[in-house]
Amino acid sequence: MHEAAEHVEASKRTFFFVWGWLLAITGLEVVLAYQHLAIKVMLTVLMMLSIVKATLIISYFMHLRYERRSLAWTLMPALVFVVGMMFIVFPDSLRALLMRAH
Amino acid sequence: MASREATGDLGTTRESVWSGGASPYAVPSKKLGMWLFIVSDAITFSALLIAYAFVRVASATWPMPFEWPSILNATIMTVILLSSSLTMVLGVHAAKTGNRKGVVGWLLATMCGGILFDVLHLREWLGLINEGVTLFKNPWGDPQFGAAFFSLTGLHMTHVTIGVVYLGVIAWGTSRGKYTSDDVEVSGLYWHFVDLVWMFIFPLVYLMSNKMA
Repeated sequence: MHEAAEHVEASKRTFFFVWGWLLAITGLEVVLAYQHLAIKVMLTVLMMLSIVKATLIISYFMHLRYERRSLAWTLMPALVFVVGMMFIVFPDSLRALLMRAH
Repeated sequence: MASREATGDLGTTRESVWSGGASPYAVPSKKLGMWLFIVSDAITFSALLIAYAFVRVASATWPMPFEWPSILNATIMTVILLSSSLTMVLGVHAAKTGNRKGVVGWLLATMCGGILFDVLHLREWLGLINEGVTLFKNPWGDPQFGAAFFSLTGLHMTHVTIGVVYLGVIAWGTSRGKYTSDDVEVSGLYWHFVDLVWMFIFPLVYLMSNKMA
């Protein structure tokens, strides 16, 4: 027994539009991969673009944009927090890299 | 909306969602269940990606072996998966508008995308194994490259395959009138998640290891 959310639907046109953007950003990523960028810059830009793609897929294809806002607020911050916490290992990997220099 | 009056200890009587009959987030429980699973699975893949990043940051000799044909292959796989998400979302749209034949058609198209992805991926795996890449060594550099590559892409490919089977079950059941549009939508959530993971694997594993001229 539940009360379903007013089912607001994205139009088919929106879906094709989002798909088009996803393909375009993919193309941009491939082009960027062949530019001679510093590895940290390359990584940052590629990750930013991937987050944009992820946001498009989650919001439109997975419909989260049209759900109750509380659902997005329950799910997304938790995920970001947990993944963020995993970054604590990186100082150790840098240490391992520096120790290799001997 | 089903709601009953609640009498608090303080003596007030009012309608309360805590009285029962309302679902959290106004979402059917199967959908909420799938979302919670998706978050947990995202954390699993994130852990694997971070582990790969750790090993790679700590390395001075990480292989960058992917030449243009490999990158092209991976790009085509990405396009196929993105397009399968489009067919999936059109399938959910068909379900919401009561078009049962449309649902089955779009789900079959999505499954074809998944199968094609798997075929191209397995072809690539066989090529790499043929070149001498194993879980423990490779001809180019750090021995962890193979383990990182095969575990990440292998777990992802497994998810794609499970997704194809799942969509097959939903398509079969829908054609027999067993499933609702909610069931189709929930299967769609899983499929888009599989696509989502690839959005990170593709740049981090392939584009960051491309062989520059």
